[in-house]
Amino acid sequence: MADFTLRVNGSEKKVSVPPETPLLWVLRDTLALTGTKFGCGAGLCGACTVHVEGSAIRSCSTPVAQVAGKTIVTIEGLGANGLHALQQAWIAEEVPQCGYCQTGQIMTAAALLAKTPTPNDEQITQAMNGNLCRCGTYERIRKAIHRAAGAGAVATEGAR
Amino acid sequence: MSPLSRREFVAAGVAAGAGLVVGFYLPHGERASKKAFSPNAYLRITPDNKITIVVARSEMGQGVRTALPMILAEELEADWKQIEIEQAGASTLYGDQTTGGSASVRTTWDPMRKAGAAAREMLISAAALTWGVPRSSCAAQEGGILHGASKRRLTYGELAARASTLPIPTDVPLKQSKDYKIVGQRLPRVDTPGKVKGEAVFGIDFHMPGMKYAVLSRCPTIGGKVASFDDRESKKIAGVSFVGKIGDAAVAVVAHSVWGAMEGRRLLNVSWDDGPNKNLNTAAVMQSLKQAASKKGASLYSAGDVAKATGRRISAEYQLPFMAHAPMEPGNCTAHYSGTTCELWAPTQVPQDCRDSVAQAVGLDPDQVKVNVTLMGGGFGRRLEHDYAVEAALVSKAINSPVKVIWTREDDMRFSTYRPASLHQLSAVVDGAGWPVAFTHRIIAPSISGQKGFPVPGGVDPDLPDEAAFVYGPPNVLIESVIAETAVPLGWMRSVYALQVGFASESFIDELAAAAGKDPLEYRLHMLAKDQDIQYFTTTWHTARMRGVLQLAADKAGWKNFLPAGRFRGIACFGCFSSYMAEVVEISMENDTPRVHRVVAAVDCGQVVNPSIVEQQIPGGVIYGLSNALRARITIEKGRVVQGNFDDYAPLRMEEAPVVEVYAVPSAEAPTGIGEPSVPPLAPALCNAIYAATRKRIRALPILS
Repeated sequence: MADFTLRVNGSEKKVSVPPETPLLWVLRDTLALTGTKFGCGAGLCGACTVHVEGSAIRSCSTPVAQVAGKTIVTIEGLGANGLHALQQAWIAEEVPQCGYCQTGQIMTAAALLAKTPTPNDEQITQAMNGNLCRCGTYERIRKAIHRAAGAGAVATEGAR
Repeated sequence: MSPLSRREFVAAGVAAGAGLVVGFYLPHGERASKKAFSPNAYLRITPDNKITIVVARSEMGQGVRTALPMILAEELEADWKQIEIEQAGASTLYGDQTTGGSASVRTTWDPMRKAGAAAREMLISAAALTWGVPRSSCAAQEGGILHGASKRRLTYGELAARASTLPIPTDVPLKQSKDYKIVGQRLPRVDTPGKVKGEAVFGIDFHMPGMKYAVLSRCPTIGGKVASFDDRESKKIAGVSFVGKIGDAAVAVVAHSVWGAMEGRRLLNVSWDDGPNKNLNTAAVMQSLKQAASKKGASLYSAGDVAKATGRRISAEYQLPFMAHAPMEPGNCTAHYSGTTCELWAPTQVPQDCRDSVAQAVGLDPDQVKVNVTLMGGGFGRRLEHDYAVEAALVSKAINSPVKVIWTREDDMRFSTYRPASLHQLSAVVDGAGWPVAFTHRIIAPSISGQKGFPVPGGVDPDLPDEAAFVYGPPNVLIESVIAETAVPLGWMRSVYALQVGFASESFIDELAAAAGKDPLEYRLHMLAKDQDIQYFTTTWHTARMRGVLQLAADKAGWKNFLPAGRFRGIACFGCFSSYMAEVVEISMENDTPRVHRVVAAVDCGQVVNPSIVEQQIPGGVIYGLSNALRARITIEKGRVVQGNFDDYAPLRMEEAPVVEVYAVPSAEAPTGIGEPSVPPLAPALCNAIYAATRKRIRALPILS
């Protein structure tokens, strides 16, 4: 066991967990932030995607010790005031079916838009290709990202 | 299912807060013929004007929490914005709650409509009595009853108490589709906002105070058992509180965190008794299918006499591998066993099976087991099994504490129940012009139901009839089933046998068209030219409706138009779950690998309840079908499943996803299946496109093997 201070969604959280514990399980089990999902445990599906210092990372394969003191944003903290433009676009395009992978998809997309405010199709594919969806919502995800990009998603990136 | 007693009905009314509860006897699908009636209790209106519609099917992404209430709300003349949705757990009130077979809308269409219509009629009566005016002068409209002459209006909430005292009508008028205000509308799904905010609670997200976490080490060899285990290293992991056998073939590791349980399992040392299948491999399974092919088949469908047809004979064999569902949310279930009760929070397609199996496993009566149904991160048939629920209940009993059992991705891949591998022998006799005068399809596959110990009447797996229709009209047809045995665990995977049957049949039709030197669309349309009703067990198929979807898909795809250089098309049509589906796939070949650019899908699924949901489900099935066709293959070596995660069992990613266009034939017929029918035509349409591009016929899946 070791003590860590995590900066999650703008507030400081103290946790006492084994240092090799993946961030995913600290978020889900210790901090009750269950919007971040477990899909593969191996960085292959992207369901566990969160932001660390603004970059999309796979929390299932990131030991908590690596992110202590760094700025972490999960789906719960994405929208600073209400919904992030991507979340609004996801609703408008009716993207989710089962919805399980969608929080990870949105987090990956948010990191993309933060760096590339108006991505083209190729940039979207490149950024999103690591996120699996078994319901096959890829086309709507693409449309939703374009929609959010058109609405200026980058400005609404959330609580730090 | 015990019938709803008057006492239960009253109790339900009281529990609901003295409002109007409509729960009454209605026929429920096939069971009605055996049990006359199944009870339904779908609606609750309280005096505070809250209208709650109960959804007795499980939401796994297919939109039932929106679509089913829409059906009831339509007949109720409700204001959709007012409706609240409640998820039913396992119950005796709703008949069979199994969510599968693309059946949720088609089997609840009548009960939901009648439940809404009966309530509407009672509310009209209540208003008429309140005002002392004739019923005929009152009309239901947007959540209230209107008396046109006096312009008075009472809300359903205001009428609830009075309506609840009235007799429940048994024969109620149902609306005509032309008068629909809710059904057929693109209403947003009720579950979308929670899913994009991360607030939606899937099974894996459920939490209760004092809950522990468990992962299980299961015997990797099919049919093997635990010989012994050494947990000394596991117990050195902080928080590991229990290690013990669960059943014969698994050891559970319980900890106060998921990670602790996973680490405990990693360090667990189990000696396995590999059992009878330790030398089983995929090649042996495929060989056993070939051996079974010599057995006499059971007839699924027969017309004319294929043996007497004369002409040129064309034959081919097709085969398909085992496949895994691989839903995004791995298996899990939370159980709280207390000695006299057991409560479950289960992402399940079969709440009643969970209840019954758990009761048996932990030694309780079914009514001592309460099953709460959570959202599911995909199902695709994997959650028609109740293994997670039984494991969770057994672990909870063993540790006397609430516990959540979580499967890892590798657990999901290696301990799944797989789409059966199959072999298909097709042959046709064609006339001088190349048109078929006889068509034979022998389906050689293990029986899912048979393996699970369910009846297989007449040597036909009970799922096959809905999934092996041949909706063409040559004069002589024989569709046969031969059941092979396998030790590999089998399960119902999205579109079940329709995927295998559709791939073989629709690829072979393309072979016949090619042999005749005819256009594949024209060839199919010719075979469908005559209007015929084809009776296939309980379903009557119409060649006219198949022709309709085929022509629609072809028209929208521009089948007759020239394609740019390097682009090729394939077409296929198939009927399953009572729906008709046609798909045109447009590809190019890049280094011998097909790249799918566009899929045009046309469906006839009767009355569309919510077009938005149909437009989600069809592309979903197309992408799932494309994943299956390109790479999905589970192999067995030394009795063990080889694949473990999304690297060696690799579903489609965005870079491979085509644009999918969806067109539905306008129809006022009763709704039919929509979750699965778009899966089967994809693989044959794709392989037919590959043939158009390369003249190479693919007769075994996956394509990229």
